[in-house]
Amino acid sequence: MDQDSPKPGKLYLWLDERVGLSDFAKLAKKKEVPQHRHTFWYYFGGMTLFLFAIQVGTGILLLLYYRPSASEAFESIQFIMTEVEFGWLVRSVHSWSANLMVFAMFIHLFSALMLNAYRRPREMTWLSGSGLLGLTLAFGFTGYLLPWNELAYFATRVGTEIPGVIPVIGPFLRRLLRGGNEVTGATLTRFYGIHVAILPALVTVVLGLHLFMVQKHGMSRPPSVAGGDEGKRTMPFFPNFFLRDLVGWLCALGVLAALAAYFPAELGKKADPFQPAPIGIKPEWYFMAMFQTLKLLPAHILGIEGELLGVLGFALIGLILIAMPFLDRGAAWGKPSRLAAIFGALLISYSIILTYLGYTMSPIK
Amino acid sequence: MANDETSLAVDHGRRNLLNWFLSTTAGAFLVSVTYPLSRYLIPPEVEESTASTVTLAIKPNDVKANSGQIFRFGSQAGILVKDSNGKLKAFSAVCTHLACIVQYRADVSHIWCACHNGHFDLNGRNVAGPPPKPLEQFVVNVRADQIVVSKRG
Repeated sequence: MDQDSPKPGKLYLWLDERVGLSDFAKLAKKKEVPQHRHTFWYYFGGMTLFLFAIQVGTGILLLLYYRPSASEAFESIQFIMTEVEFGWLVRSVHSWSANLMVFAMFIHLFSALMLNAYRRPREMTWLSGSGLLGLTLAFGFTGYLLPWNELAYFATRVGTEIPGVIPVIGPFLRRLLRGGNEVTGATLTRFYGIHVAILPALVTVVLGLHLFMVQKHGMSRPPSVAGGDEGKRTMPFFPNFFLRDLVGWLCALGVLAALAAYFPAELGKKADPFQPAPIGIKPEWYFMAMFQTLKLLPAHILGIEGELLGVLGFALIGLILIAMPFLDRGAAWGKPSRLAAIFGALLISYSIILTYLGYTMSPIK
Repeated sequence: MANDETSLAVDHGRRNLLNWFLSTTAGAFLVSVTYPLSRYLIPPEVEESTASTVTLAIKPNDVKANSGQIFRFGSQAGILVKDSNGKLKAFSAVCTHLACIVQYRADVSHIWCACHNGHFDLNGRNVAGPPPKPLEQFVVNVRADQIVVSKRG
């Protein structure tokens, strides 16, 4: 304790003796964050975490009214949206916060990629982050089905058909995912269990590892700013960085509240397996680039089915991304990496172009 | 010294035996947990409708030329199409690309999948877009005032 800081109260002393609060205080005091022209990008990890906390809170609230069966799911969400007081708000916040969380996570991912934060000794931080990316997309995919509306139904039909194109094990994987040969109420309960129990349990473990690694190694200073004065400057985590983090969270909360209030989540029509897929059907925006790719690929390329080639391509991109710390030997020695920069720029431009096409191309031509 | 060495050797033998018991027990325990667990996760086979024929609820004369509609064929969806010459045809409505339900497009007289813009002609052939295979075709028989659709073969 500093001389001029207020005298600790009795409660603090009581707790400190039992829990060791002053150890945490010391830890927080010691923690420093590198300060340089790219410091801004550090805020997006925390922002993703903040939005995840909102997902947990609103998700628990939705559980109180949601009923996971093909005959009741749609109606229970209708009930939440129209009868339950502020039900529309809770569901809209859950839906928008999911989107913002994925967006913040992508910024976090690409900034870590471009600034070579994955390099030695942070390989485990990168790998656990890749795991969280996969888990988040799985959250998005399974959550999309739960309202049991037309869009969700066909998105899930297509999405679960995709692993089905893998030779040999494909059909088995598809069955395992769907809980049967078709997308039915069995798929809904399965996705529900995955969404509210299995994924949260996995995230708890992987997120714990990710945060622990971040604490252990601190934030990575990019190789491009490692030299000179900028290469040494830091700011204390508490309160300087933490307060800036809070400003970021407040901004995110503001955007979230505005989106949820002005653009409440829609529900659409109830799923009907005996109706054609609706014209203009599309997935969540973060799957749009993949969706559009599958749409544009011809039936056969060099004798191989187009969709299989597409799926293999996505898998390859994912693998390169995960393996980046091991592929990029230059960054390991503290040199700014051209490989990561080119790969990142290509991936970002490809995704933006295909997503743009997905939203603008006529659905019937 | 010699005594010590023999006792060490005996210890190793005993330890190896105990380790063997321990690891086989642990292994057996692991299998007895993971086997039921993995069997539980694989959904049981549900008896599918094996009907190879279905009588539609619609009368032949109520189907307009150059139109199509979805019908139930067991647990699957089928599509009944009447071409501009008034001939009735039926196909599986499950797109061969990624299994969306197709629909009839009167403007181009094609069977069309909205999901990834796949086109099939009125013989079920994949003519444009990503579908890799033709739609499965069914046999349509008109008996008196009824449309009967059956699987081939």
